[in-house]
Amino acid sequence: MAETLQIDRIRCDGHGLCAELLPELISLDDWGFPIIKAGTLPPSLVEHARRAVDACPVLALRLASMTPVTQRH
Amino acid sequence: MELIPLAPGAESLAAHRQRLGPLPTLPSGQLIAELEASGLLGRGGAGFPVGRKWRAVAERSSGGAVVLANGAEGEPLSLKDRTLMAGRPHLVIDGALLAARAVAADNIIFYVGGEHRAAQAALRDALAERSRDLQGGARIATAPGGYVSGEESAAVHFVNAGDARPTTIPPRPFERGVGGRPTLVQNVESLALAALIARRGHAWYQGLGHGQARGLGLVTVSGAVNHAGVREVEFGSTLGDAAAAAGGVSGDVGAVLLGGYFGGWADVDQQWGLPLDAHSMRARGLALGCGVVHFLPAQTCGVEATARIMTYLASQSARQCGPCVFGLAAIAGATQRLGARSPKADDLERIARWSGQLTGRGACRHPDGAVALLQSAMHVFADDFAAHQRRRCLTTSVPARVAVA
Repeated sequence: MAETLQIDRIRCDGHGLCAELLPELISLDDWGFPIIKAGTLPPSLVEHARRAVDACPVLALRLASMTPVTQRH
Repeated sequence: MELIPLAPGAESLAAHRQRLGPLPTLPSGQLIAELEASGLLGRGGAGFPVGRKWRAVAERSSGGAVVLANGAEGEPLSLKDRTLMAGRPHLVIDGALLAARAVAADNIIFYVGGEHRAAQAALRDALAERSRDLQGGARIATAPGGYVSGEESAAVHFVNAGDARPTTIPPRPFERGVGGRPTLVQNVESLALAALIARRGHAWYQGLGHGQARGLGLVTVSGAVNHAGVREVEFGSTLGDAAAAAGGVSGDVGAVLLGGYFGGWADVDQQWGLPLDAHSMRARGLALGCGVVHFLPAQTCGVEATARIMTYLASQSARQCGPCVFGLAAIAGATQRLGARSPKADDLERIARWSGQLTGRGACRHPDGAVALLQSAMHVFADDFAAHQRRRCLTTSVPARVAVA
């Protein structure tokens, strides 16, 4: 099943380890918060992505098999 | 007028019943099917199909769901929800009762802004009159002020924990909301319209509207018009019709803010014939949102007006997510400098870049809405933004009068 990287934006404190470990998919904005490239995770990067997930000091990053959809009342 | 009484004050229960008859008793499945067939879209801002939302909650409910009637109208330019609740509280209650039956909920919460005094009072009195219908299963929760407190996960969070800040989704409220139970969060105007459709059937709602558009709803017209206020319109009536319903535009107008602070700017001359309707507007890259129509006087600078809105929206961040906290603050600062014609060398380039980076990077859609508004401004007021970067203004510069709560 295709996986995507998801960030809990409330937890994320902008430590930036994820961008160091997975620069192919994650860059940082001007304030050090991650910008994730859209789309599903290429199989070749799954291992690196898992390492980035494990390295997040606040457990804000995760691999999920579905895309989140936001919805306002 | 279906949603707004002609006489001032709240419609009494007797008048309400005389006008519309008793609450209909359709089976749940049939009511949801009527709503789906009616094409009714949610009137809180996002325009999500109402029938589909009720079905999603009904499918997860085993009798203990919750209905959260959302009347926390945080949009500074919108008055429609408080006007509706103050004028026809029993119609809103009807909608909430029907929703509770349809999704098998035993608990209804009316979430109403504390500053909406007339709406609170009307709803409180009306709930007291309806105690037999409600059987103790309904109450009012007073929403704190603030732009994001009406966002649906914020509403649920407030009821659960007294904290009206959005939460990370999933889970979404229809999966796990108030008290962990499946929760239908529905704008009060959507509930009122559902109560009308339940009585008259989907064909009645489908029979309203102009051109391709169907149905009716409330809009709040403000700014450079002679009689600002809430108006009931059939969808598909035009921007020009909305201006006429507000007594016509006063003086010259150049731009109009559509859909509120999460909507966007449009050129009045280009869009005078624009059908006010969620689908037609989306097709043109615009949004009906919660129905705000705000005409900017031609002598008011669009860059300054936008700077005020961005400053307000940055101040209204729930301050939970870094991109929203830092990104919106930086955008507001640069836009303010541009508005004041004292920009840094690359402010215009930076707000363009930053506004392209924020979408989808908050727990809620506050940053998305804010940058969408800025991007529309940079399109509609492109010449003005460029002039401001050169420390000039193309408009006779008087202070912008965009209302901020």
